[in-house]
Amino acid sequence: MPIVAALLSIAGLAGVAVAAPILVARRVNWATPAVYGASLAFAAVLLLSGLLALLGGSAFQGNVHLPIGLPWIGAHFALDPLGAAFLVIVDFGAVVASFYAIGYGAHEEEPGRVLPFYPAFLAGMNLVVLSADAFGFLVAWEFMSLSSWALVMAHHHDAENRRAGYVYLLMASFGTLMLLLAFGLLAGPDGGYAFASIRAAGHAPWLSGLVLVLMLLGAGSKAGLVPLHVWLPLAHPAAPSHVSALMSGVMTKVAVYGFIRVVFDLAGEPAWWWAVVVLILGAGSAVLGVLHAVLQRDLKRLLAYSTVENVGIVFIGLGLGLAFKTNDMAGAAALAVTAAIFHAFNHSLFKSLLFFGAGNVLTGAGERDIEKLGGLVHRMPETAYLFLGGCLAISALPPLNGFVSEWLILQAILISPDLPQWALRFLIPASGAMLALAAALAAACFVRAFGITFLSRPRSPAAETAREVGRWQIRAMYALLAVCLVAGIFPGPFLDALSPVSQMLVGGAMPKQPLLPHLAIIPISESRSSYSGFLVFFFILMANWAAIRVIHNFASRAVRRAPPWDCGFPDASPATQYTADSFAQPVRRVFGPIAFRAKVSQTMPPPGDLAPARLTLSLRDLIWEFIYEPLEGAVLYAAERLNVLQFLTIRSYLSLVFAALVLLLVLVATWA
Amino acid sequence: MERFSLDAAHLLAGGMVLVSFMMLYQNRILGLLNVFAAHAVVLSLSVAWQAYIQSAPHLFVTAAIALILKAIIIPVALHHMVVRLGVHRDIETVGGIGPTMLMGIGLVALSMVVMLPAAAEADPIAREDLALALSVILLGLLMMVTRQNAISQIVGFMSLENGLVLAATGARGMPLVVEISVAFSVLVAFIVIGVFLFRIRERFDTIDTQALDDFREGRE
Repeated sequence: MPIVAALLSIAGLAGVAVAAPILVARRVNWATPAVYGASLAFAAVLLLSGLLALLGGSAFQGNVHLPIGLPWIGAHFALDPLGAAFLVIVDFGAVVASFYAIGYGAHEEEPGRVLPFYPAFLAGMNLVVLSADAFGFLVAWEFMSLSSWALVMAHHHDAENRRAGYVYLLMASFGTLMLLLAFGLLAGPDGGYAFASIRAAGHAPWLSGLVLVLMLLGAGSKAGLVPLHVWLPLAHPAAPSHVSALMSGVMTKVAVYGFIRVVFDLAGEPAWWWAVVVLILGAGSAVLGVLHAVLQRDLKRLLAYSTVENVGIVFIGLGLGLAFKTNDMAGAAALAVTAAIFHAFNHSLFKSLLFFGAGNVLTGAGERDIEKLGGLVHRMPETAYLFLGGCLAISALPPLNGFVSEWLILQAILISPDLPQWALRFLIPASGAMLALAAALAAACFVRAFGITFLSRPRSPAAETAREVGRWQIRAMYALLAVCLVAGIFPGPFLDALSPVSQMLVGGAMPKQPLLPHLAIIPISESRSSYSGFLVFFFILMANWAAIRVIHNFASRAVRRAPPWDCGFPDASPATQYTADSFAQPVRRVFGPIAFRAKVSQTMPPPGDLAPARLTLSLRDLIWEFIYEPLEGAVLYAAERLNVLQFLTIRSYLSLVFAALVLLLVLVATWA
Repeated sequence: MERFSLDAAHLLAGGMVLVSFMMLYQNRILGLLNVFAAHAVVLSLSVAWQAYIQSAPHLFVTAAIALILKAIIIPVALHHMVVRLGVHRDIETVGGIGPTMLMGIGLVALSMVVMLPAAAEADPIAREDLALALSVILLGLLMMVTRQNAISQIVGFMSLENGLVLAATGARGMPLVVEISVAFSVLVAFIVIGVFLFRIRERFDTIDTQALDDFREGRE
């Protein structure tokens, strides 16, 4: 049974986590490859079990009930289509990240701070996906949070990383608290914590609505929904790059899994306003995330903000799924949900690829600030082209996979006029527009990221002396890019594989994708729309081939005489090139005043002074300013007021206890 | 007979509440110790009566422990301690006997209101017993809160513990082991507090807990 193999592999990962400190303490020099190799092997078993359960049908799925954990609940585990799909997403990322880390981990200065927590983190994520009772789910969730927190704190000498760890810990505890409340509501006073009994019990509409809000707060804070995303751009860059890839590419998907599991599977019948909330949050996250990403100079932070954007896109898909599900439009709901999960899978691929690229840049050039990079395409050619592939995929350009999933979500948006609720009929096209805007901005963002980092000339000595990284890293990236390309050109089998999932969640499935003609995919029906990645790929290849032939055969044949061109750089200083800030300026001009209250202030020198005038740009993070700072102020104020309680006499403490006791008794007396 | 045993149990438990009020009223330390001894005697009587009517012989052990430990050893030891500390002539300044008594009456009323409906299904002995025991506990706490002197606070604590024992015997089926270990823990607490008192006295020349506070560091 795949689930038994999966659970044994999780136990194996836990064993690796226990063995790692021993290896590190003994100063064994093969500790790093051993730990990552073992993690790779166990993750591969998990990946296989997930694939078997997803493709093999119910024969390979199943439940396991172990007598561990809380005595009257035990530990339930289940492998159903939804769990299997996310098991595949998690463990494909884990396999590739472990492979990458075999090479990347050699650069780690303090392996003792990373090696024990890495397999533990993998085990935690897998356990979340396999758990089938609330207690196990929450324990696994918290285990995942804490082990990833330890990984964020791996380089704790940096004050910025410590702050990131602190913010992350706060947000993670908040999120778990919200999940705890949500499951408490679902389990009800009888304490039916197993998912099967939650599913069987009916839930009042107000209760389900409250659960939705709590899940948006709990799972949303882990997934990075605006405005709960603040920890994400701090914590993801702080971890070592293969862990960043896992956190951004995979852990956010585990959060999406938690949301889908509760909202689509456990919470009962959705109401139509659920879709409104989810769509607004998703669209807001998509646009704000990418706007932040365009302005970032730190490569890894840019990628983290782009994760916020992609999670927003996934949530738009889920919101559409909810909208169609409440109105019994099973086919449309299946399309939206399938597209959302497919986008989650795609994002895990190209975000890991991009984070690996950033990790290569970090080890090769020792720099994350893209203003200090440049010209790396000459020094790290393979990294550069692989990173370019990731940029194309994440910018949703055909024939890569990002295009397919975003196109499918847009197809689902086009069905929205059939909905009966006017609010949704207006809101869904609006969120479609936001999605299109986010996609366009993402393209700009990644043109900038790739161009400034890899093209033109080096802007610092670090970039000048950069070196290509080892084979492990490059091969891991090739594997990811290959899967991106396959999923983009032949998406049909992927969509077919997800049909049991949508069958389970919304009671419908997308039409079976025919492999012929032209390997096209059909969202609803052939007469309505279809897309063939293979044809697009074929035309791109042919057009390029033709253009190259034409240019080589005809354009340069004639001898021309012309003045020599200085390549547009009359001044040799690298400062004359396009910089990251100058590239982002148009976007900043358009959106800055609204989204960031951007202000450019001008300081003129005093009369007679020959110093240059200075322009100072100030950007404000409004979410931080209007949500988190007042909150922080309130907490500080309350703490200051309550500080008096530390300096009371014994008698006053006793009086407080006494007063509390009497108060509670009075409450009991008046209520009973 | 049934009726009589019930009434007698209530009488004895009610007597404990009454003695608790006497402790609240008493503002001389030696007097307070005597009243505390009386409290323990009433407790042991009450427990012995419960043992008789429930025909649970192990409760006689509990009664004996209460009598020997709380009615004799601890009051005598406290008596010596008070004399050695030289505070036997002190008259405590309590924050107004009248209001304290009124609060005590309010607490008894509260515990009746809480316990009688809550334990409605229990048998009558346990029901009234629990309500009275809760009153004794609350009165003990009130005593700890309203007194300045450390010795009176200890006595308040001990009377609170008496209330716990009363509650435990009323509800049938508390094992003897628990009873004995509670008695031991009280003894240990008593020893620790006694040692502590002498240390405080050595340091600060007083056992008024208000004075401890004046020496505290970091006070604003």
